Amino acid sequence: MPKLINKNAVIDNHWTVMKASTGPEILQVVPGKNFIVPLQFWKLYKEELNGYDGNIAVWLDSNENPGQITDELHSLPLIALNFPVFSDGRSYTNARELRQKYVYKGEIRAIGDVLRDQLYYMAQCGFDSFEIRHDQEAELCLDAFKDFKTGYQPTITEPTPLFRRR
Amino acid sequence: MYRYDGYDHQMLADRVAQFRDQTNRYIDGKLSDTEFLPLRLQNGLYVQRLAPMLRIAVPYGMLSSTQLRKLAYIANHYDKGYAHFTTRQNIQYNWPALVDVPDLLADLAEVEMHAIQTSGNCIRNTTTDQFAGAAPDELEDSRAYCEIIRQWSSFHPEFAYLPRKFKIAVCGTTDDQAATQVHDIGIYIVKGANDEIGFRILVGGGLGRTPVIGKEIFDFVEKKHLLTALEAILRVYNREGRRDNKYKARIKILVKETGVEEFKNKVIQEWAIIKDSSLTLTDEEIDRCQKFFDAPDYQELGNSPAELTDKLQSNILFAAWHSQNVKLHKITGYSIVTVCFKETGVAPGDVTDRQLEQIADLSDQYSFGEIRISHKQNVVMADVRQDQLFELWKALESGAMASNNLGLLTDVICCPGGDFCALANAKSIPIAEAIQRKFGDHKLLTDIGEMNLNISGCMNACGHHHVGNIGILGVDKKGEEYYQVSLGGSSKKKASLGKIIGPSFAQEEIPDVVETILAVYKEKRISDEKFIDTYNRIGIDPFKEKVYAKAD
Repeated sequence: MPKLINKNAVIDNHWTVMKASTGPEILQVVPGKNFIVPLQFWKLYKEELNGYDGNIAVWLDSNENPGQITDELHSLPLIALNFPVFSDGRSYTNARELRQKYVYKGEIRAIGDVLRDQLYYMAQCGFDSFEIRHDQEAELCLDAFKDFKTGYQPTITEPTPLFRRR
Repeated sequence: MYRYDGYDHQMLADRVAQFRDQTNRYIDGKLSDTEFLPLRLQNGLYVQRLAPMLRIAVPYGMLSSTQLRKLAYIANHYDKGYAHFTTRQNIQYNWPALVDVPDLLADLAEVEMHAIQTSGNCIRNTTTDQFAGAAPDELEDSRAYCEIIRQWSSFHPEFAYLPRKFKIAVCGTTDDQAATQVHDIGIYIVKGANDEIGFRILVGGGLGRTPVIGKEIFDFVEKKHLLTALEAILRVYNREGRRDNKYKARIKILVKETGVEEFKNKVIQEWAIIKDSSLTLTDEEIDRCQKFFDAPDYQELGNSPAELTDKLQSNILFAAWHSQNVKLHKITGYSIVTVCFKETGVAPGDVTDRQLEQIADLSDQYSFGEIRISHKQNVVMADVRQDQLFELWKALESGAMASNNLGLLTDVICCPGGDFCALANAKSIPIAEAIQRKFGDHKLLTDIGEMNLNISGCMNACGHHHVGNIGILGVDKKGEEYYQVSLGGSSKKKASLGKIIGPSFAQEEIPDVVETILAVYKEKRISDEKFIDTYNRIGIDPFKEKVYAKAD
């Protein structure tokens, strides 16, 4: 199981990310799991998923858009956003959009190439939990959330910009 | 000038500590080259041919004398005794050691300076007209808005990993000296229907491989909506800008492929969500930032005092410098002085530690302790009393800083080129020098008049060759360094991109090619027509004929 942290601690990981290449058979083979399924899977196998006895969440790749799940967004307990490579910045905007435009209240999780030095900005954009890459040291990663004491912009964690707080 | 408060200082201290930790982890092998790359770039650190190159941010080109002295100290302590002014109004050091960089950044932080976002795929230093606040043709001082944008764009959590670098310029003068139209976002300060001040916003301009003049997407944006408009543009770009090909990743390609109208619609949709959010600017914040740029303590003085006019008559050299390097100020009795750093034999933009200290002293003495760097790699003292111009000139002369070629042919813009830069196809500094040697005669130069000659060592166009009246681009032809010449570029309000004249030339041919181009101009010009105007009237063909006729 990949290591999972929130902004304070290493936490238990109850969810399994389903790879993009997985077929619907898995739902029969592995019952009672908590799966984070790819967006395409979630769209294609609605019926199978409805009949599944475990919990279901969705993950979006960086080139996918939260606008594609608006109808059922609020029934999802968790949405994961993928970083195919740490330098791909699109999931920051997706997280921000989920919070700001769609007012999504559930958990947003970072998955993929999630490294220590990007965690602070991810948290500012509305991520709650972080499935860190296997070689990352969890303790080091937890320090990342203290990199800056404050910032200039309005963010998800501090909605008031500095110019209104000064 | 903007002064840091506790918040600004805290953020800078946090950044220095963060980068120190990152550098240590890199040195310990805990961060890979690939992972360290964007982190060091966002702190201005390149790995170059000979040593790392560190680019220091100079927000909108403004420096205090205290900061200049610190830069001189750094040049001396961490470098080989000199620094380099860049075409983005920043400063670069070519020789610091990687292990020293965190200490260097801590030194800079003491004088409210840093290297944040001077490189990498993020929002870069916001630039403006170097005469801001002093120019007589200014609608409003652009610097307060530059500072507002600087704060919004610094450590913006959402836009640290954009598809590509992102440059913003703000211009409040009618004689645009900020090359505003060739920026990813160009902002003009304009008057609206009810005479209120607001912004006209262009998007998708840029130089590089695919030079484009920016397109207007908003003809008037109210002051309070400035940041939300910028955030909406960046959000569309971050999501939709191309990431499959580095050379197609700038916003200009997205705007071109999407179409301006469609792009604008997307921005408007994003904007609607945040337009009246907490990011909406308050009058208090605009006031607060403007106060930092209040007029200095000007004396009541008259224009053209005897101290000036006498010397202009008695000293030809002073008069030549005055007519070229001294410009009109909005306050009577004051002038704007540009110290031109285009001495023949010195790489354009290079400045020694001693010169930095001298400029600091002179600015304290003659210009309220502040200077600006121009995108043409020169230094501006914006508030000099006319009755003190001669004294200032004498002092500059003793420091070999009294070049009187501002705005003339030999005031070339030039990137570091193949002598220093790992990306370059060809050297650019020797070309600049060859031209300066051939056309050193001041009479000849003033006869040619206003002229921008810009040199880039590769397609990335750091030397702005596309917008040079004469542009020179280093190209690689089967392993040999060749130079392509273009004519008719301009970065002023009537911006235009140069047209390539024809096949490229060997390095030694360039001075003669330039001479031929100038001969055609002198033959065809009508009275005191500028080069660019003659070119626009007669087109490229007469130049082409002469240049290539000679080669046969």
